[in-house]
Amino acid sequence: MNATVRIQRESFDVAAETSALTDGRADIGAVVSFTGLCRDEGGRLSALELEHYPGMAEEEIERIARMAGERWPLLGLTVVHRYGLVRPGEEIVLVLTASAHREAAFEAASFLMDYLKTRAPFWKREHLKDGTVGEWVAAKSADDAAAGRWS
Amino acid sequence: MRLVYFAWVRERIGRTDEEVEVPEGVVTVADLVRWLRTRGEEYEYAFENEDIVRAAIDRVHARPEKTIAGAREIAFFPPMTGG
Repeated sequence: MNATVRIQRESFDVAAETSALTDGRADIGAVVSFTGLCRDEGGRLSALELEHYPGMAEEEIERIARMAGERWPLLGLTVVHRYGLVRPGEEIVLVLTASAHREAAFEAASFLMDYLKTRAPFWKREHLKDGTVGEWVAAKSADDAAAGRWS
Repeated sequence: MRLVYFAWVRERIGRTDEEVEVPEGVVTVADLVRWLRTRGEEYEYAFENEDIVRAAIDRVHARPEKTIAGAREIAFFPPMTGG
């Protein structure tokens, strides 16, 4: 199973990433795409700052991708996660899963996002509209619970 | 060994990384945290709630009871909030 994992500052193009995953393939019957976007939290935020642990971020996402590949009959997957300053409306993370049938692709995409949120070494900090740097975003117990349902 | 810090752990300690000579008797991640806390109030502040701060040994998540023998790089950071 071919997994593409990239950590980058730049934005990404979902259609181009999907084409890269499926071009030249006749065995893929389902692609599920999840894109996580930056919210402005009711108009409070000018940006989210994403800090990451270079090296470990890639390795940990690759470990999570291997777990997904062992658990579902995937024909390919792509994870792109941004770091740096991300403005409201811009994308933060992309997960694409490809399989012969939809169920594996849906479930694997959900699994990948749940594990990414709780295990990939990224941290968000709020930048506020008034120009100040706000708080580090606190981890949510709901995210731990979501990841826990797969074990 | 090299220690690296991220997000508010980095801010509280006031540095991104450092080289340390760990004294004998410091065997696990939890021992390392206890030793770091003796090194100054910035470490005390960063680790004031030991259960919250997470660790990785050579870029792999590590629980407090994990032994640090042979580690090249140990990271400390808050619970992750990516995705």
